[in-house]
Amino acid sequence: MTDGATTSHAAPLTLEGHEILCPPLPYDINTRADQATGNAQLQQFVNRATYTKDQSRKRVCGDVFGENYNAMRVLAGQIKQHTLDHLDHYLEQFVNQARQSGTHVHFASDGEEANAICLDIATRNQCRLCVKSKSMVTEETNLLSALEQVGVETVETDLGEFIIQLDHDAPSHIVTPMIHKDRTSVARAFERELGARYTEDASELTDIAHDFLRDKFRRADLGVTGANFLVAESGSLVICTNEGNARLCTSVPRIHVAFVGIEKLLPRLEDLSVLLKLLARSSTGQHLTVYTHVVTGPRRTAEYDGPDEVHIILVDNGRTEILKPETREMLRCIRCGACLNACPVYRKIGGHSYGAVYSGPIGALITPLFKGLANYKDLPHASSLCGACFEACPVHINIPKHLIQLREMMVAQGCTSLSDRLFHRLWGLSLRHPLTFRFGGWMQKMAFRRAASRQGSLDPREQQDPFAGRGWVQRLSGRFNGWTSERDMPTPTAASFRQWWNGRSDGATERRSDEGKDNSG
Amino acid sequence: MKVSLFITCLTDTFYPRSGIAAVKVLERLGCDVDFPHEQTCCGQPLYNNGFHEDARELARRMVRVFEPSDYVVTPSGSCAAMIRDYYADLLEHDHAYAEGVAALIKKTFEFTEFLVKVLDVDLNSLGVKWGGDVTYHFSCHLRGLGVSDRDNDAERLLRQVDGLKYTRMEKIDQCCGFGGTFAMKYPQISGSLVREKVQCIEQTAAGTVVSNDAGCTMNISGACRRHDVNVGFVHIAEIIAEGLGLMEKGKSE
Repeated sequence: MTDGATTSHAAPLTLEGHEILCPPLPYDINTRADQATGNAQLQQFVNRATYTKDQSRKRVCGDVFGENYNAMRVLAGQIKQHTLDHLDHYLEQFVNQARQSGTHVHFASDGEEANAICLDIATRNQCRLCVKSKSMVTEETNLLSALEQVGVETVETDLGEFIIQLDHDAPSHIVTPMIHKDRTSVARAFERELGARYTEDASELTDIAHDFLRDKFRRADLGVTGANFLVAESGSLVICTNEGNARLCTSVPRIHVAFVGIEKLLPRLEDLSVLLKLLARSSTGQHLTVYTHVVTGPRRTAEYDGPDEVHIILVDNGRTEILKPETREMLRCIRCGACLNACPVYRKIGGHSYGAVYSGPIGALITPLFKGLANYKDLPHASSLCGACFEACPVHINIPKHLIQLREMMVAQGCTSLSDRLFHRLWGLSLRHPLTFRFGGWMQKMAFRRAASRQGSLDPREQQDPFAGRGWVQRLSGRFNGWTSERDMPTPTAASFRQWWNGRSDGATERRSDEGKDNSG
Repeated sequence: MKVSLFITCLTDTFYPRSGIAAVKVLERLGCDVDFPHEQTCCGQPLYNNGFHEDARELARRMVRVFEPSDYVVTPSGSCAAMIRDYYADLLEHDHAYAEGVAALIKKTFEFTEFLVKVLDVDLNSLGVKWGGDVTYHFSCHLRGLGVSDRDNDAERLLRQVDGLKYTRMEKIDQCCGFGGTFAMKYPQISGSLVREKVQCIEQTAAGTVVSNDAGCTMNISGACRRHDVNVGFVHIAEIIAEGLGLMEKGKSE
């Protein structure tokens, strides 16, 4: 049983998918980023879809919250932060409440343990067919292949995840797993794997999936879900979906198992209302998800629907490491995907380039902490720190600041190369004094202008204007090659601002020390 | 009103004309402008790369250099954001600097922000005239100053200029791909972003791009040149200075 879970890599169905999310370490982003930026289809799908979603978020949140949008995000952030600050208290409260309503609560310190608990529940109840709704935590634990290995047929029922499963692919977005695919790949997968007639018609494709999945739902004896929130005061599990598949997963099969990260807690239902106001709007620009279930315990005696047993597996899997005060804020994340949609880098490289379950800006923060900074050195650096993610984040996580924090941790832990450290040390020292600062500027000017002159592109206008005329460099070597491989490098002008300032009437500098002067302007 | 210019590394050596224009405009608006010679760099490149100890040293310098100033105005949003967003954290444990940092944060402004929020200028009533088709690049770090792409001082000012035809570019809210050393470390990602920015600029058919951050300007103008897109780049201070007749188009004096 447990052995099955630990050697789950061998499962054929998700081998490719799992490898996409769990590449050999240390991970180098460049190979996949090169492929992605050169992939016209990915550029078209991901770039367009994310931008459109980001625009709808801005429009809808702007319409609804108006000038209070920021205050809402701050409030939601405070609610999550408060919960994390008192996580022990709320976990205890949640567990007590959940148990009172008849839910079985389990704790798993890592993915293997979480899978083992689920496999144990499945075997004890002789489950043969599992219907599963979308859950990022089960991607972390690679549950699907663990279940398949012990002979429990497992079907992803979220349409996107279902297609990903059929295609032996891996999700590339927290909310829209198949954002990198289009309708034709769905049509091909349905034809190949389900024996369906080839069609690119969206409603026909949906019908094919619907018929196939309904049959599975009818026969399933195990339902696995994730959860968007846990409510401590009521011991409830909250699941938000658009397709209603989680509702079937939690009500038709005899057994329901939910995999939930320990950071998903909220103190009260009242707090849930704040987070629900932001979740769907941030995520897809919808006011609410189509379905929002609050599940509190198994079917009661007088009820017709619902499972005989509900199990919640509270998964740590590296989270308590991030719970340290200096990184705690990252655990506020509610997995809405808004930062992915807003991120220019994600738009260009897609989710698989991050080489981990969580992609985009939030993935660039938590992946290196889950898996080791030295294993994912690129992720915190492959960001222009543009701040679009922070602006989009519904729980006000200062993502750029934390990316910089991880960069600092890497420097402190010696993950940076010797040449990088030397370069920055010398740079830093030269900036400490105006003389060396000016000397550095002069060196840079001479080097660039000489290169430009050799490459024949010093602007003739510079003869007339030392403060605006410049040359261009097409090729540079070493560190700067990355610049000129994509664009020309302008040279500094012949004279600097300082030289201009010094050359104006001396009165300007004298003014500075002339305290008796009338400054009324 | 006494205003100290923080001119930033890239403006000093690559775009002195922006700095010159800023001086002329501020002086015309009645400011007493000075340029503290001891200034060097705000430390952003070191901070962003995780070399916080070195950045801290530069942050302390900045506090000392601008200690006597009433206002610190810089033609770069990104350097202003470095001070306003990160200095407090960076010098958190340096109690001797606590007051100095708080004061510097309070008195530091990006150029357009200073014009609109402090001086409350209206370019139209000042008689600023500038003929030409213009589009504007929104620099990401303005976000750190609480400025959004939907509501920003630069566009507000450009719309007040008589004779200027303004066209907003598509995806104005998407980064140009500069990001300091990011542009060199991840050229494929950065290159792909700047190519898209160049396309958006081309679509506007504007002859001039107003770009108020020297880093973005280096990146976008370099890509325009690489892809044979013939547009001019100016800082908004240059448009205003030219529009007030303080500078001749194409000349620095």
